[in-house]
Amino acid sequence: MSEELNQGLGTANRAGNREQTAAERPPVSPNGLDKEVVLAIRNLSVVYPTREASIVAVNDVSFNIFKGELLGLIGESGCGKTTTAMAILRLLQPPGMIAGGEIILAGKTDLVKLEGAQLQAVRWRDVALIPQGAMNSLNPVMRVHEQIGDAIDAHVTPRMSRDEIKQRILTLFGLVGLPARTFDLYPHELSGGMKQRVCIAMAIALNPALVVADEPTSALDVIVQRIVAQNLLDIKNRLGVSILLIGHDMGLMAQLADRMAVMYAGNMVEIAPARTILTEPLHPYTQLLIEAVPTIKTRKPLKLTEGLTHDLRYPPPGCIFQSRCPLVMEVCRRVRPPLKETKPQHQVACHLYDALQ
Amino acid sequence: MRGLTGKYLLKRFGMFVLTIWLGMTIIFIIPRLAVGDPTSALLGRLMSKGGNVENSAELIARWKDRFGLDQPLHIQYVRYLYNTITFNQGYSLSAFPATVDDLIQRTLPWTIGLLVVATLISFVLGNAIGALMAWRGTPRPVKSLLPFSLVFTSIPAFMLGILLIWVFSLTLNLLPYAGGFDRKVSPGWNPEFILNVARHAILPALAVVLVRMGSWALGMRGMMITADGEDYMVMAQAKGLSSGRRFWKYGVRNAILPQVTALGVAIGSIAGGFIIVEQIFSYPGIGSQLFRAIQDNDYTLLQGIVFYIIVGVAIAVLILDLTYPLIDPRISLKKN
Amino acid sequence: MSAITADQNPPAQAMTRLKARLDSPWINAKLISGLLLLLVVATTELFGPLIVDPKLALIGSSPTNVVPFWVTNFDKKQGFKAPNLEHPLGTESKGRDMLAVVLVGTPRTLRVGLIGATIGLIVGTALGFIAGFAGGWVDTVISTLADVMLTIPGLAVLIVIASYATELEIVNMGLIMALFAWPLPTRVIRAQVLSLREHGFIQLARLSGASTFDIMFKEMMPNLLPFLAASFTETVALVILATIGVETLGLGPTRIPTLGMTINNALQQAAIFRGMWWWWGPPIVMLVLIFVGLFLMTIGLDEVANPRLRKVRTQ
Ligand SMILES: Nc1ncnc2c1ncn2[C@@H]1O[C@H](COP(=O)(O)OP(=O)(O)OP(=O)(O)O)[C@@H](O)[C@H]1O
Ligand code: SF4
Ligand SMILES: [Mg+2]
Repeated sequence: MSEELNQGLGTANRAGNREQTAAERPPVSPNGLDKEVVLAIRNLSVVYPTREASIVAVNDVSFNIFKGELLGLIGESGCGKTTTAMAILRLLQPPGMIAGGEIILAGKTDLVKLEGAQLQAVRWRDVALIPQGAMNSLNPVMRVHEQIGDAIDAHVTPRMSRDEIKQRILTLFGLVGLPARTFDLYPHELSGGMKQRVCIAMAIALNPALVVADEPTSALDVIVQRIVAQNLLDIKNRLGVSILLIGHDMGLMAQLADRMAVMYAGNMVEIAPARTILTEPLHPYTQLLIEAVPTIKTRKPLKLTEGLTHDLRYPPPGCIFQSRCPLVMEVCRRVRPPLKETKPQHQVACHLYDALQ
Repeated sequence: MRGLTGKYLLKRFGMFVLTIWLGMTIIFIIPRLAVGDPTSALLGRLMSKGGNVENSAELIARWKDRFGLDQPLHIQYVRYLYNTITFNQGYSLSAFPATVDDLIQRTLPWTIGLLVVATLISFVLGNAIGALMAWRGTPRPVKSLLPFSLVFTSIPAFMLGILLIWVFSLTLNLLPYAGGFDRKVSPGWNPEFILNVARHAILPALAVVLVRMGSWALGMRGMMITADGEDYMVMAQAKGLSSGRRFWKYGVRNAILPQVTALGVAIGSIAGGFIIVEQIFSYPGIGSQLFRAIQDNDYTLLQGIVFYIIVGVAIAVLILDLTYPLIDPRISLKKN
Repeated sequence: MSAITADQNPPAQAMTRLKARLDSPWINAKLISGLLLLLVVATTELFGPLIVDPKLALIGSSPTNVVPFWVTNFDKKQGFKAPNLEHPLGTESKGRDMLAVVLVGTPRTLRVGLIGATIGLIVGTALGFIAGFAGGWVDTVISTLADVMLTIPGLAVLIVIASYATELEIVNMGLIMALFAWPLPTRVIRAQVLSLREHGFIQLARLSGASTFDIMFKEMMPNLLPFLAASFTETVALVILATIGVETLGLGPTRIPTLGMTINNALQQAAIFRGMWWWWGPPIVMLVLIFVGLFLMTIGLDEVANPRLRKVRTQ
């Protein structure tokens, strides 16, 4: 299937792994953890300047996305997940802007430094987006195939014929389980789940190295959520693309992600393999998150209360989580704990583990 | 044709018929409200102008016969409706024995020609300006010039007409200020005549275009800003599409839809305003004719003209309504 | 971190509050300058009679064809008379003093606009609310009627009415104009009511047992206010436009001047071609001020109602 998908794209000017088809790529290890870094985010900061003070929505965040892995990014509403994703895609809407850091694609290109035509060329070909609201993400006056087709048209040289594009789109539909008739429809003629799958098909149209999916299932009912989630897993496994999956839903995330990254108030607080996060979370915030996951059999009291985060414009000195942390210590009020590897593959930003390094 | 469902067609034709019917009814009622008895009022008015009206006896007879003014009101109404929609609106009071329909049909092409051209130009220009004003990719120098196109937006077209005559005809002596063509050229499909007509049309058309352009630009600017905030615009950017494609296929293509709807709403007032522009320029169209009818107390002609204006606007709106589903694929499924 | 401490001291807090108040969307440059412009024009109502005797606005009250006071070079063959400080803006061919005409005519024209738009707005808002809240066939009837009335060129019908009416005074004129002024607010308010109804907080108010009346006025009014205000200024402009249109055609009041009637007189007497710019100029200047003022207010209010329009401006 992926062979098929790659035909005709061999000539696409790919910045990183240029003439590589999926078949040639190193095999994806079962746990999705081979160590080729697709995207390296280094000390990324994003601010939204307002009249009085800037909101630092993403504060000095660093992490890697490895080839073929599904990295889950979680954290409560407003913690900066979408902002991080949009910064990676260089799609921050004003007044938001990148205040510092690097976003290195395939070990070479710093996305932060790209502008104009160069940026345009990298978009979609190397990094694609599955948007938060698929409902409004499709142009209401263009047929589905035109919207996928124009992305292909904009990036593939030499231009593909209409027939080739059609074949390619139908192949993509096959990958995400869309019926062929979807080709000629307008967005309003699709169900929510179909729209979201059109968006997934569109995202992998150019076989990008990385797909950023911002809560792709949040507006869907539970059954359709599962189908769309399965689609994501399928494309990851078949095409070997890396996926940065943003979401609230711990349960769903636990089933999909290879690794998880936890954000709190614009800061990365913990990164570890998914299983580790679930079984032995280190950061007190992560622990509360995991405990809060309800199961059908046991009702749990809600330990985390919403809205107690500090004013993002005026972060406190010291640990970002101090006002809600049940284990807060004196040092936490003074010194901001850096994100450090405490165990293999397990990074956490908390003074509790200062001794462990 | 996509989108033109039976229900939609039925609804639009219904609105069309309703508009014309309501317009005719208003025209029917007004004279009967204003003065107790329309017969005597009209006859009285005619008598006072008796000197001007030849064959007044015959006129009065035909008049009474046509309206059946001795008949009960509902019979009069039905007759009036029938006569009007069969384009049999009787004789002009001031130009008897010319019929109202003949007189109007002579001037109508002038108005339609100029009005359609001026409206289309202002719509296209205005929307282009508005779209560029809102677009982030518009070059700075262009962007800083665009607002100047809004200078005349808020003033009535006929007032701008007066200023244009003063500047371009009386002061600069560049363009003719009155009429549809010069007497010295012979009407017909010859280049000289056509050029002459075009020269005469420039100032009245300019008055309409300059005034209307700004409101289209403002509307389009708002629509583009709204469209720019939509997720599909972010998506288009994420896809790495060229600025041109995002502007046209994603921005303008969506933002223009409410503008077309707004055009349908505005046609009535554009046509109304044009009546007075014509009068300022003594343009040989329906507006100047209306002005003359008022001065001559030619009530039949006046009502006839108003009927034609209502029908003309209703037809224009209908055409727009019927083309709209072709540009907006969603319309057929919309349940109103 | 110093920001935190600054936020906690009282004077700084007051400053923040003041800033917040100045940040209110209603503090809008366009809106305010439009309002000021209209207020200046409206002062003619108060100061007009102090500056000049209103009787000078009537036919034959003054010598004819006097040029404005600053004109030194004029055509005696046309019958123009030397400037005269008693008639600073000159006089027209029927012996009206132009300063008096403008000072008498401007408030009268404004009054027609206000009367027509106020009635139109009240009726239109009521119908818009009813249509939006009732839904069903009531909504169908009201919105169909509004659409049809918008399609029928109001000016054309107004011309028929005015041509039959024997004597039209300002109030009647305003009433007639209201006939065509209601559909616009009806559409605007209906659309807003429908969209606000979708919003959770209205439904919440409903669930909490608030009466329909309470919902309308306490919950929705603050949100509707900018829309109402914008459709009011827009309607005033439409009414004045229609009024001077009708008057320019020679219909409407005939004795005491209005701005439209003055333009009609000037046109009838070929003032443009005779070079009597001081005849048609002053009423046009006043009207331009009125229209520009209303226009600025309307787009200012649009920005108040629609924050997105504001955002781009500051970029
Ligand atoms: N345009 C903006 N102007 C000012 N602040 C903004 C803007 N957009 C986002 N923010 C702020 O940035 C912070 C992060 O927002 P972001 O949308 O990235 O959160 P999120 O984690 O995606 O939340 P959610 O789960 O609700 O989608 C929030 O505190 C928000 O208030
Ligand atoms: S650093 Fe201190 S306050 Fe922050 S999470 Fe760890 S223990 Fe809690
Ligand atoms: Mg988000």
